[in-house]
Amino acid sequence: MKVLVAVKRVVDYNVKVRPKSDGSGPDLGNAKMSINPFCEIAVEEAVRLKEAGTATEVVAVSIGPAKAQEQLRTALALGADRAIHVVSDEDLEPLAVAKCLKVVCDNEQPNLVLLGKQSIDGDNNQTTQMLSALTGYGQGTFACKLEVDGEKINVTREIDGGVQTISLNTPAIVSADLRLNEPRYASLPNIMKAKKKPLDSTSPADLGVDTAPRVTMLKAEPPAERQAGIKVEDVATLVDKLKNEAKVI
Amino acid sequence: MSILVIAEHNNESLNGATLNVVTAAQAIGGDVDVLVAGSNCGAVADAAAKVAGVNKVLCADNDAYGHELAENVSALVAELATNYSHVLFPATTNGKNIAPRAAALLDSQAISEIISIESADTFKRPIYAGNIIATVQSSCPIKVLTVRGTAFDAAPAEGGSASVEAVSSAHNAGVSEFVGEEMVKSDRPDLTSADIIVAGGRGMGSAENFHLLEALADKLGAAVGASRAAVDAGFIANDMQIGQTGKIVAPNLYFAVGISGAIQHLAGMKDSKVIVAINKDEEAPIFQVADYGLVADLHDALPEITSLV
Ligand SMILES: Cc1cc2nc3c(=O)[nH]c(=O)nc-3n(C[C@H](O)[C@H](O)[C@H](O)COP(=O)(O)OP(=O)(O)OC[C@H]3O[C@@H](n4cnc5c(N)ncnc54)[C@H](O)[C@@H]3O)c2cc1C
Ligand SMILES: Nc1ncnc2c1ncn2[C@@H]1O[C@H](COP(=O)(O)O)[C@@H](O)[C@H]1O
Repeated sequence: MKVLVAVKRVVDYNVKVRPKSDGSGPDLGNAKMSINPFCEIAVEEAVRLKEAGTATEVVAVSIGPAKAQEQLRTALALGADRAIHVVSDEDLEPLAVAKCLKVVCDNEQPNLVLLGKQSIDGDNNQTTQMLSALTGYGQGTFACKLEVDGEKINVTREIDGGVQTISLNTPAIVSADLRLNEPRYASLPNIMKAKKKPLDSTSPADLGVDTAPRVTMLKAEPPAERQAGIKVEDVATLVDKLKNEAKVI
Repeated sequence: MSILVIAEHNNESLNGATLNVVTAAQAIGGDVDVLVAGSNCGAVADAAAKVAGVNKVLCADNDAYGHELAENVSALVAELATNYSHVLFPATTNGKNIAPRAAALLDSQAISEIISIESADTFKRPIYAGNIIATVQSSCPIKVLTVRGTAFDAAPAEGGSASVEAVSSAHNAGVSEFVGEEMVKSDRPDLTSADIIVAGGRGMGSAENFHLLEALADKLGAAVGASRAAVDAGFIANDMQIGQTGKIVAPNLYFAVGISGAIQHLAGMKDSKVIVAINKDEEAPIFQVADYGLVADLHDALPEITSLV
């Protein structure tokens, strides 16, 4: 089984991003960039399938600027076999990303595509579902468990109210939720080895994808600030304030 | 303009999240129709017809839609959407599963988790874990949106008298199958609609200690929530996670107990009206958003609060 895994370069999850002073967008300055945490979980799952002998090859793909190569190298260090970089300096919308991934799927013919549930920058939670629509494949979003069962893939999904298990025909598309696995750290020898693994570059234009944006950001502003509160010295005061000041209990 | 709202339900009753979406639809303007796609879901369609402000209910009652499989429901939505300018889903896990798939079938760029409607094509939505509110404008002929429930009031569940029209088209993609589900049973109020939430984090220490929280919740008639760390540690079910990638809540009163206040957690609860933080570390970032902070060991504080409220 061949597994394709999509990784995105995003601002590190520890960074608190603020809007630019002119309100034109996020101010990323020299913020630390990382592999999107959900994509890391997707890579880990693909590598585990390979270690279990279920997957024969793991191909990592990223659409992004030249520097997205760093995140592809991370995926290779975590155990992916080779990488495809779709070079794009613009920040593409999920639909455009999905269209690029669709062409990569046509070329690579994977049996399983793993993605993250959500980009922590745009908070879209769309690309997996869109790629599934464009390919016509079954989708297992928000996966907390994945089992390959012959020609089927069983996915347990985190949903409102609990968990749901569905069975997908292959090829299938799955998005990783937080509890699918706990990703490993790349070891130094594997980081060195990753530098020699194959990484091919292409572009949305080469793939024949129109990436013109459909949605434009008119303004980026900070959320309403909360008023600073007070510290209370004991439980009795707290309960009194909740009853008589805030009147919420 | 005409708007199609996709109802959230379990084939028996209409989920309240639908009512907030109806309000968002009315803010856009134009006729508001509701699609109920399910199996033996007639009672849901009847309930949707009673919602104030609904023009017409489309009821697609077919086995293929019984478990809301995205492959089947998105094909139905894409077929019906061509009659509408906007298609609105609640930003529930089900809505998030189906909306982008339907949008891609329509070659439309969906917009996730809108929190305000500026005009028929311009919306606000949080990005970067809620640290930025973006105003975005869509040029798509059919706009597909998911709506954050906490940002819009619920439309009255009674008062409407819409007609119910059967939709016969059956889309069965045949690529996915429902196997089973395990739903958490609870007598407590639902997190997304609760008036009071008592949430615990890693500081709770164990699943047993969550009983301290539950005792307080039961006394207040509150829902119980959790941080990711508490869910990961197995203290409580995944369905209780509040945050950027869990549930978004905005109750009147939110207790954060043994929760440090990571960006990702704040993203899910900082719109609560009153926030109480109980933490033994006085430097914990949660105190920066708390109206009332208590520096204390939760093992002492929780039983004491429970006895006083
Ligand atoms: C991609 C991604 C998505 C995420 N999504 C979410 C999300 O949706 N929701 C979410 O919550 N997190 C999310 N996180 C995780 C988040 O970054 C934090 O790790 C998490 O919120 C921490 O949980 P916590 O506050 O319970 O634990 P900790 O940060 O470990 O805090 C525990 C707190 O308990 C206090 N404490 C300990 N013992 C006691 C005691 N006896 N009495 C009183 N106080 C005590 C400590 O002082 C500490 O402040 C996400 C992370 C990533 C990378
Ligand atoms: N530019 C990109 N390059 C590669 N994968 C991406 C890109 N954007 C999104 N994805 C994938 O789609 C998932 C969901 O992203 P999103 O729909 O933006 O929330 C991510 O976790 C990635 O796996």
